[in-house]
Amino acid sequence: MSEMTFTDANFEAEALKSDQVVLVDFFATWCGPCKMQGPIIEELAKEIGAKAKVGAMDVDANPETAGKYNIMSVPTLIIFKGGEIKSTMMGLQGKEQLKAEIEKYV
Amino acid sequence: MSNYDVIIIGGGPAGLTASIYARRRELKVLVIAKAVGGQAALAHEVQNWPGTESTTGLELTQRMKVQAEKWGVEFVSDEVQSVTENSGVFIVKTAQTEYQAAAVILAFGLTPRDLGVPQEKELTGRGVSYCATCDGPLFKNKTVAVIGGGNSASEAAEYLSRLVRQVYLLSDSCNAAADAALVEEVKALKNVQVICGLKVTAVVGSDKVAGLKYNDLQTNEEKELAVDGIFVEIGFSPRTDWIKDTVKLNERKEIITDKVGATSQPGIFAAGDCTDVGFKQMTIAAGEGAKAALSAYKYLAAKKGKVATPDWGVKK
Repeated sequence: MSEMTFTDANFEAEALKSDQVVLVDFFATWCGPCKMQGPIIEELAKEIGAKAKVGAMDVDANPETAGKYNIMSVPTLIIFKGGEIKSTMMGLQGKEQLKAEIEKYV
Repeated sequence: MSNYDVIIIGGGPAGLTASIYARRRELKVLVIAKAVGGQAALAHEVQNWPGTESTTGLELTQRMKVQAEKWGVEFVSDEVQSVTENSGVFIVKTAQTEYQAAAVILAFGLTPRDLGVPQEKELTGRGVSYCATCDGPLFKNKTVAVIGGGNSASEAAEYLSRLVRQVYLLSDSCNAAADAALVEEVKALKNVQVICGLKVTAVVGSDKVAGLKYNDLQTNEEKELAVDGIFVEIGFSPRTDWIKDTVKLNERKEIITDKVGATSQPGIFAAGDCTDVGFKQMTIAAGEGAKAALSAYKYLAAKKGKVATPDWGVKK
């Protein structure tokens, strides 16, 4: 599956109400480590296929969701399943680390 | 288990340059790094890379990766947990899997130093930050503390003063390590208060930062300061604890290397900012990476040479 772009408008339908395990990379356009995380998320989305939904959300453009989850640091990566937070990771994460974390919940 | 001639740990200028040099010597090379670029990728502008007047660290290191891939270097986005030797072969373990290599190059650079106080780890990303430019904008109209006595702390305080309501700049040294002009500039800012002669002793808060505790070094009084964010700017150090039983470190926890990048352990080489090299610079790290790769190549050739010698004539 290709990478998903999450927004305040689609977050409920695409993330919280999704049947799949969902990984959201909360990022900011101004943040250096986020720019390093970006290509990893893109590759991960392709490699993981239908197993999980993988995407990113710009915290500045989507203050409602970022505020709801109290994002105080970027990148923050959150895994959701059935609308609930299963795992939260702070700071840059490797692709294999994210894969293994997703595997725990599929 | 995947088998390599050389496994390089770290994806900054040292590791990427090492990978290109090793691969050009026809070694099978794997680079293991969370992300390509390392600290160098965070440099907004690079003006001292010879042959390139101005570029960004991200652009430059991405170009190095493309070049390495062209030569056939393999990459894994992961974090190494241990390197152990087993009868002349190195086992490189991540949380998920393990790889085997005949030689290893350590090039994992530096990591921001932490305060090492209670609740700091638990609240990292919940108000404790090591990157003012990343997380500063998320603290609009809040109160934050910047901790550190050098230029980076003063610069962070200046930057944050434009975004947040109130900044406290805290240090033990009263910013002795920062440029005097910069400190004066920061002190003149209306919403910055400089408090010094103190030692931060704890981060306060349960699910997010609510404040910090510090010891006033003059009165030896324990004081508390209410803040929403804590920006730690006390420099960088190599994260070498995991490898300290395998290679010798100096008192600064840097990996001790000789002039050609060899460590105290035969078969393990090191390059760049994680070593005791005199200067932490991208061009120097790249050169050190090249040296380590050529040393690894020489080491492997000598090792193979001993075993393969009798067959050489026959194969020709």
